[in-house]
Amino acid sequence: MRATGASAAFPYAHVPPRRAFRTLRGCRRDRGARRGRRGAMFAELNELLNASPQRPEKGTFTLLRDTRTDGSFLVHHFLSFYLRAGCKVCFVALLQSFSHYNIVAQKLGVSLTAAKERGQLVFLEGLGSCLDVLFGEEQQQQEQAGQPHPLRFISDGASDLRGLFEFVQTSLAPAAGDAWPGRALLLDDLGVLLSLGASPVAVLDFVHYCRVAVCSRLQGNIVALARGGDDSEDEENELLVTSLCHHSDLILWAEGLATGFCKDVHGQLKIIRRASLQPGGQPDVLQIYQYKIQDKNVTFFARGLSAAVL
Amino acid sequence: MPQNCQSQSFSKLYHMGTEELPAPLLDDNYRNELGEEATAATSEDFQDSMKIAWRYQNLPKMEVSPTTSARFGHYYDVSQTMSSELFQSIKCHSFFLPEELSSQPTIKMCNMNCGYARLLQSIQKIIYQEGFDGSHPQKKQKNILRIGIQSLGAMLWGDDICSTDNPEDSHSLTKFLYVLRGLLRKSLSACLITVPAHLIQNKAIMERVTNLSDVVVGLESFIGSERETNPLYKDYHGLIHVHQIPRLNSLICDVSDTKDLAFRLKRKLFTIETMCCVKLFCKGGISAISHCYTLLTKTGL
Repeated sequence: MRATGASAAFPYAHVPPRRAFRTLRGCRRDRGARRGRRGAMFAELNELLNASPQRPEKGTFTLLRDTRTDGSFLVHHFLSFYLRAGCKVCFVALLQSFSHYNIVAQKLGVSLTAAKERGQLVFLEGLGSCLDVLFGEEQQQQEQAGQPHPLRFISDGASDLRGLFEFVQTSLAPAAGDAWPGRALLLDDLGVLLSLGASPVAVLDFVHYCRVAVCSRLQGNIVALARGGDDSEDEENELLVTSLCHHSDLILWAEGLATGFCKDVHGQLKIIRRASLQPGGQPDVLQIYQYKIQDKNVTFFARGLSAAVL
Repeated sequence: MPQNCQSQSFSKLYHMGTEELPAPLLDDNYRNELGEEATAATSEDFQDSMKIAWRYQNLPKMEVSPTTSARFGHYYDVSQTMSSELFQSIKCHSFFLPEELSSQPTIKMCNMNCGYARLLQSIQKIIYQEGFDGSHPQKKQKNILRIGIQSLGAMLWGDDICSTDNPEDSHSLTKFLYVLRGLLRKSLSACLITVPAHLIQNKAIMERVTNLSDVVVGLESFIGSERETNPLYKDYHGLIHVHQIPRLNSLICDVSDTKDLAFRLKRKLFTIETMCCVKLFCKGGISAISHCYTLLTKTGL
């Protein structure tokens, strides 16, 4: 079906016609492959979300989900987005090392090392930190008794994630002479906390405390990644993800195609705006796009309209 | 075993158990045997233009082996074992849990199963003492610590996830993997683990194990399953599932085009082939395309 602009017979009726029309036009020119545009987060995703680093939103909780695919590209996007937006960012990176995020961020035009040095980024590398908890000397642990280690719950079997929350709170606390007006917390990914022995309720409590501290008090934003799908057998993870979905302002859900692997379409992204949480009781807005991940960018297009088949 | 496992670079191995090790893989020319099979398969003439399946006309021809042109695979003979001179010339560490438990008192580390805790301590000690974490510079040329762990999760590790649906401690294995991941990321080391997934009853654990790993490959044998007698699979011994490949330091990962892989295990050859439905229906002399045409017309497509 050829696109003729906004019309009553437009098949993607749930998508605002203007935006969909732009997307359809865009994919014919395969604008993601345009040279000369320096990678700077995923510009097309910003358009779809109607977001801009010049005017970041405040007080929102965004949930990133992935099913049958790897949704970590969304984490890289938001990390570079909030750094560009001039927010102070606390990144709890549990699954990968600092150098991994740094190398990808450089492709998106942001240097995490520089951000750390100027105090804009507080980075907790879970993989390195857990070694300190397990193999660190006793004296070191006692010296830091004033500030418990964020991952101490792994070793002492504490039932709550208080140490981790206090780390987040301290990192984003307002300080005198602060050059960063906004605040952002990134969590990658919450399922790892379950694997490390935390109960789903403990993780939900932690997220709740973070929301109060970051979203309500500091008017900052939280972006959290939680993996897992509908056909997963991990009940604890399902409970966690479902509960988070109910409390999120925005859900970005990356799914592998139901028909299997495709070279030109790496997956489908559902964007769900939880308008039902706002006063007024509007229904949630659902948009679905397909995407293809490239070396420095991700291109988005309407379903079935990948550049490869046009 | 790591692919570039030649005798010069195979300097350290850390493994569980004291059984005989197989001979290391040498980049030999085994390909004569495999190469002949591959050329025979691609020599058929597909010049006829397609009338019904015209969309497939321009697609590349189906290849029997995933990469017939590039160097792929190794020659091995399972009956050969590693020579004792080679074994003695390299520095090996081994870890046998019953010996470790009897020699030292039990330790308590982060509520983890004692066997896993002990193994982690042992690995960390070797990484530190041999300088793989950069703590003191390696005296000889830099090398990588290669770690092999067998049957992780099995009862011989003191874990009960293979024997019951509701294990006493379902977090030990995942905690172990997470800490191991941290050790590997922070040092010059690589680890290969085998897990008896068919014994682990709690599927949630397997999902978490997959998420905590970089590369996950599954071997599914036909023995004992209904596929053993299925004529479709008569040429193969099992399937290979690539569940996960790493996406490290990059947004993209190198995903292979072929997803249906099957393996054949012989005494001196382990081949991985793309499962080709058309090939399976071939009977001597009739070209694959005409068979496909027959099938399509019969089904009314």
